[in-house]
Amino acid sequence: MADLMQILTSNPIARQLGVPQPTNLRRGRELPSGPVVLATAGGASALAREAVELLGLTPQDALVDTPQTRVTQTDDDGRTREVPTPYPSTIGAVVLDATALTTIEDLEGVRGALRPALKALEPSGRVVVLGVEPETAGAPTAVAAQQALEGIVRSVGKELRKGATANLVRVDLLTDAPTTAADLASTMSFLLEGRSAYVSGQVLHVGHGAAAHAAEVSSRPFEGQVVVVTGAGRGIGASIAETFARDGALVVAVDVPAGGEGLAAVANRIGGQALQLDITAPDAGERIAAHVAQRFGEAARIHTVVHNAGITRDKLLVNTDEERWGSVLEVNLAAQTRINAVLLDPALPGGLDDGGSIVGVASTSGIAGNRGQANYAASKAGVIGLVRAMAADPALAARGITVNAVAPGFIETEMTGKMPMATREVARRINSLQQGGRPVDVAEAIGYLAAPASGAVSGQVLRVCGQSQIGA
Amino acid sequence: MPDSPNPRDAVIVGGNRIPFGKAGGAYAAASNQAMLTAALDGLVARFGLAGQQVGEVAAGAVLKHARDFNLTRETVLGSALAPTTPAYDLQQACGTGLETVIQVANKIQLGQLDSGIAGGVDSASDAPIAVGEGLRKALLKANHARTPMQRAKALAGIRPGDLAPESPRNAEPRTGLSMGEHQARTTKEWGITREAQDELAAASHHHLAQAWDSGFFDDLATGFLRLSRDQGLRPDTSVDKLATLQPVFGKGEGATMTAGNSTPLSDGAALVLLSSREWAQERNLPALARFVDAEVAAVDYVSGDEGLLMAPAYAVPRLLARQGLTLQDFDYYELHEAFASTVLATLKAWESKEFCRDRLGLDAPLGSIESSKLNVHGSSLAAGHPFAATGGRIVATLAKLLHEKGAGSRGLVSICAAGGQGVVAILEGC
Repeated sequence: MADLMQILTSNPIARQLGVPQPTNLRRGRELPSGPVVLATAGGASALAREAVELLGLTPQDALVDTPQTRVTQTDDDGRTREVPTPYPSTIGAVVLDATALTTIEDLEGVRGALRPALKALEPSGRVVVLGVEPETAGAPTAVAAQQALEGIVRSVGKELRKGATANLVRVDLLTDAPTTAADLASTMSFLLEGRSAYVSGQVLHVGHGAAAHAAEVSSRPFEGQVVVVTGAGRGIGASIAETFARDGALVVAVDVPAGGEGLAAVANRIGGQALQLDITAPDAGERIAAHVAQRFGEAARIHTVVHNAGITRDKLLVNTDEERWGSVLEVNLAAQTRINAVLLDPALPGGLDDGGSIVGVASTSGIAGNRGQANYAASKAGVIGLVRAMAADPALAARGITVNAVAPGFIETEMTGKMPMATREVARRINSLQQGGRPVDVAEAIGYLAAPASGAVSGQVLRVCGQSQIGA
Repeated sequence: MPDSPNPRDAVIVGGNRIPFGKAGGAYAAASNQAMLTAALDGLVARFGLAGQQVGEVAAGAVLKHARDFNLTRETVLGSALAPTTPAYDLQQACGTGLETVIQVANKIQLGQLDSGIAGGVDSASDAPIAVGEGLRKALLKANHARTPMQRAKALAGIRPGDLAPESPRNAEPRTGLSMGEHQARTTKEWGITREAQDELAAASHHHLAQAWDSGFFDDLATGFLRLSRDQGLRPDTSVDKLATLQPVFGKGEGATMTAGNSTPLSDGAALVLLSSREWAQERNLPALARFVDAEVAAVDYVSGDEGLLMAPAYAVPRLLARQGLTLQDFDYYELHEAFASTVLATLKAWESKEFCRDRLGLDAPLGSIESSKLNVHGSSLAAGHPFAATGGRIVATLAKLLHEKGAGSRGLVSICAAGGQGVVAILEGC
């Protein structure tokens, strides 16, 4: 049933009264409808162009705002002002390659390229800025200039309207394993497409993937691959399972036996398999592996494990007993460490494949904390720590296994539907996109992180929060 | 693999049931079709069969509405299976579920099918209620009327007494006695004590609770309507607690059958996936157990010559003889606990020299079985007994047990049924 806010925002009169109207976001594997324009700041770099071209796109040169290129505009009252030369029509995205940027003065190039582009951006348009990891940039001014990009992108994300987003991608160019265009293509594809609808104001790092496991960007990246999703019976988990199935995966959908009805419905809808299992069982990892080896053959391996299953037992810490505390940490964190340990055994039939991926589901609560959620925030922050530690493990890197997490913000689910209306409305509006995300937005981000073409993306915690103010 | 006389093997791939509900409990508002669909969709999801066609689905219900005339086929159409999957209904009272397994297994062995799903459903809550004979006749007459006048006349013939509905009775049409009353006679005849019955009932609850706790049913049951365990299960029951209950069947001093050692009416559905070995192999599906053989017997309970629920005592020896086995050649025994005393009377009959000689025509008694091999994960007393669903529950449970025990292990299933019938079968672990 529509609540008051929905009535207000969908009513034409409310629109005229100035109630903010959330934009219908572009979703799925949909590219921007307008052209992708490309600019550089700080000097020439071919990386962004090559990455965009790998996606089959032909970028146009961006217009750059300089005092010399401005034109005079006269308004109805006869007043004149100098404005940048406008784009002839709307543009779909602006990709700004700032990897060569080393001085404070170079930042003017960022401004010059973004100013006309932001004005011309279509609804759900994209701003993607490419920089290098500041720590590797060299001289302090170069580090400062690269770090400045983050401030620009985060501010631009908040300035954009009509579903447009801005994100920063940092690459390694000055190390002995530089990022290639092929490494970058998967991230570029995600950020330009509708899959990143609810991702804005974020900083992503793309390193260099193991050549042995490199894959090209594909619209069905998981074709024939086994993907295990826990907590798949409903909500975000169901959407994750559906999204992987859409992308070709053979999905093993896991949930507790008590949730079997929903799990069966999800598995049947996507032609997957239901595996009823309490992930906190001591042999949960073995049972997952045994299922995979039994159902897909002894030689079968898991490509991706998504640790989505989670519970909340909210209460102020002063009222939290050991059971309430422990059960959340057990399900949300400890269980996945045990399952990972089992599945990472290279000799185990049905274990995780080389070149595979592990994706954890964290939460913005794990970044910002949340009143009454100390246990939940502990578990979700723990997931972030786990992902970083595992991604830094050279043994996993050598096997081409990536480990990442997503951190959803306010997502419209059955659970958030039960929040008090005022709290829910605040949560919906307190982000740059002025609306809640959908489960599929989380699922798409996970699909991107897990994709074989994202082998150069590891140790990332990608917020899917519409650039929420919470924990920003 | 031991030699099989059949053209080819039928194997049990797995099963699925919904937790069984108490009559008037969690599934009070669920129809037979809704429950059977839930069980079927859970099975399909477990084995990744969505959108696929299996050879056939055979199922049935004992308490059936007129609207359920094509229950199983309608269930298939409402499920995730391909709509091109054939289906039919079958009914043999409490033997229904096992009889469908026999039917599908036989067709697989003959090469008529490569795969099939068998089982059943029953709702004691959503039982059909018929209108009285007077009202029914008047309504039929009105329906056949050609003029409004004729119709009015037909309806005017209805008398107040005709309006009382006819509820289904848990009674044998030919004797008017309920199953419990019939069994009370047998219980007395065989001298089955109250203590033995209560012990069996308590063990059933404890074993079933332990099986749920250990996750044994994780791949055998799918939660439905917020029920994730059998509703009638009482893990904390004890022989002492059961001893406090008043008898409900039989009369006077010798009455020993209580609500605690008798199986309550329940709601639920259970199904089993069977196939040829090749079909299972091609799909990387397990073969838990081979369907070996089955036998059905009936007794003349109407004349009082034999107890209503004693037919399995006759069916099992015939099956053993055909297979060249003794009663002791099994690792597990699944004897359906219609009443605790049914199981105990049957076991006692097999131990009885006179019964085995006079009734079964055997030279020696069949002997006893090790009680540690009987209904090891509990049975109907604890799980409940939605008539047609019981066979599917037992076959799937036993097949998994046998698979865990190892190839060549053997299990015996015995189910008594209304009408004086008994359906029994042998499975062998793969």
